[in-house]
Amino acid sequence: MTAAVARAWKLLAHVMDPEIPVLSVLDLGIVRDVVESPDRRSVEVTVTPTYSGCPATEVIVTDIRSALAASYDEIEVHVQLLPPWTTDWMSDTGREALRELGIVAPNGRAVLRIAGSDRPDACPQCGSHDVEELAGFGSTPCKALWRCTSCREPFDYFKVH
Amino acid sequence: MSPTSEIAQLPGVEAVADGCLLLSHRLTQWVGDAPTMEEDVALGNLALDLLGQARGLLSVLGEEDQLAYFRDADDFCNPAICATPNGDFAKTMLRQVFVDCWLELVWAAFAGHDDEVVRGVAAKAAKENAYHRRHSRAWVVRLGDGTEESRRRMLLALDELWPLTAEIAVSGWREAITDVLVEATVPVPAAAPRDEAAIAGCAAARRELLEEMQSLARAHPGATW
Repeated sequence: MTAAVARAWKLLAHVMDPEIPVLSVLDLGIVRDVVESPDRRSVEVTVTPTYSGCPATEVIVTDIRSALAASYDEIEVHVQLLPPWTTDWMSDTGREALRELGIVAPNGRAVLRIAGSDRPDACPQCGSHDVEELAGFGSTPCKALWRCTSCREPFDYFKVH
Repeated sequence: MSPTSEIAQLPGVEAVADGCLLLSHRLTQWVGDAPTMEEDVALGNLALDLLGQARGLLSVLGEEDQLAYFRDADDFCNPAICATPNGDFAKTMLRQVFVDCWLELVWAAFAGHDDEVVRGVAAKAAKENAYHRRHSRAWVVRLGDGTEESRRRMLLALDELWPLTAEIAVSGWREAITDVLVEATVPVPAAAPRDEAAIAGCAAARRELLEEMQSLARAHPGATW
């Protein structure tokens, strides 16, 4: 990676998911590629959307353009559908940021699961394994709402996808 | 009727795009009006995924807004069941599991499509659809094998929707649905022959749905946020 491309990645580390603003687009794992032109005046960024209907996707593309606008004359953002995004691409930093927010992070083993059968390992508040689903669809497309039957606290679970 | 004639053909991209689009719009009609707040959110989420899937496929066929907002109702080629009115929650959930089981087979087939964008939409949609199906299946089981009243409504929904299933009963669909209905303790009807009258009956519902969906874009062409 050239120093200049590394700079583009650094700029992208400040583009946050508008719905979960502790996660950058790099933490989410949606940036697949960054290519600079030889004269370093233009840059092409390839992203893979999280969910088909996620309203954040268009905002993220706009935010990527804004973040790079000061450093490049031309910015192209390509959307690449294949391979489809998976929570396995989320960074360890991203998982840790979710945990600090009280959101159970996906376990990074999407390929091994049976669809819809995954569950949070433990309550993020008290660590109890006695947890149950309240609603399969939460405040954003990527999350479900769960609760702990030991400490009674509800919590968000970032679904394995 | 021979067994093979009871198997519907796999749909083309346009039928799936239109089906996802119209079912998405139907589901949005529940938002703010669902039995619980969790269902408001769930049905809104389903609608968003379906809208995203429809947009992906429409973009393969042409300009998505043009196709969604400026085609006339008779030019849509969705399976009739996707545009049928919501009815009560039992009917909405039974319709959903019927369509989710169809889409599961469709996305699996589209994973090998000639068009790369179709393959991409399908790969993403397959994961989303599995989650939708888990939800619709759970409700159909809960209502079918529930109280006397919930079961009564589920059986009414089955009577109403079954004639529309001939269009979506692709290879593997009947087995998938039998599995759901058996768990819901609901009798599995014989395969439905294609029912032109039932399908035609949905045409008026589709016109009414599109009138609502297209009214803003048609009143203000080119409007943006």
